[in-house]
Amino acid sequence: MDEALWAFGRASGFLSLGLLTASVLLGILTRSGRPLLVIPRFSVALIHRNLALLASIFLLLHVGSLLLDTYALLDLADVVVPFLGAYRPLWQGLGTVAFDLLLAIVATSLLRRRLGARVFRAVHWLAYAMWPVALAHAVGNGTEGTSGWFLGMAIGSVVLVGAAVLWRASAAFRGPARAGQRGLS
Amino acid sequence: MTTPTEPRRAAGLLHIDWTACEGRGLCVELLPEALDRDEWGYPVARRGGPGERTDVPLVWEELDGAADAIALCPRLALGLKRLP
Repeated sequence: MDEALWAFGRASGFLSLGLLTASVLLGILTRSGRPLLVIPRFSVALIHRNLALLASIFLLLHVGSLLLDTYALLDLADVVVPFLGAYRPLWQGLGTVAFDLLLAIVATSLLRRRLGARVFRAVHWLAYAMWPVALAHAVGNGTEGTSGWFLGMAIGSVVLVGAAVLWRASAAFRGPARAGQRGLS
Repeated sequence: MTTPTEPRRAAGLLHIDWTACEGRGLCVELLPEALDRDEWGYPVARRGGPGERTDVPLVWEELDGAADAIALCPRLALGLKRLP
């Protein structure tokens, strides 16, 4: 049973990070006001949201399974309070930081209409901090974190997200007003 | 029997908050019969007069699409006024 929880904890963490990476990329794309090839803007926004929610579910499973696992030596405080862990407290603490940030981002996103655009946007910016922290946690804490295949994927995602952020900061970011409209009709 | 050219009674008004709208274009995709984009990307009503730019008349079949547009608008710039 412990072996299963351990394996599941690792796999769910990996899946959660992958889904978060995709969601961050689509979040930047949807902010640009552009459709994605044949996918209209509202679908890009929905896929962004659904990937993030799926990532959150796998993150809960990741934390939950490792909490029950006797090998990871987690206790309840480690789930929300960073840097108290028994094993590699710094790297595990980064995971806790990312978990707390994601919790704030998801909660304010679900309550977006109630909180208003200003609060939503201010908290949503934390995604740019949450993603690298989550990635650092995976590299530093993961059993496969420093293996070749994982580092390759990590560098690949840093290049993709980095390129998206540079594009976000560039003058060409905002989509042309009518581009993609013709493709829809 | 109604002909396509006959104006239909509006079932609701899609209110656009111009201080929030940035013309991201999601609403136009979800309500293609009611809205078009101007050259800067901002929504314009396809039917009705120029006075109906802020409160766009919608027919009954468009109310579901309007609910999606209101929920998904990235700028929270949309609201619906139902008409009796």
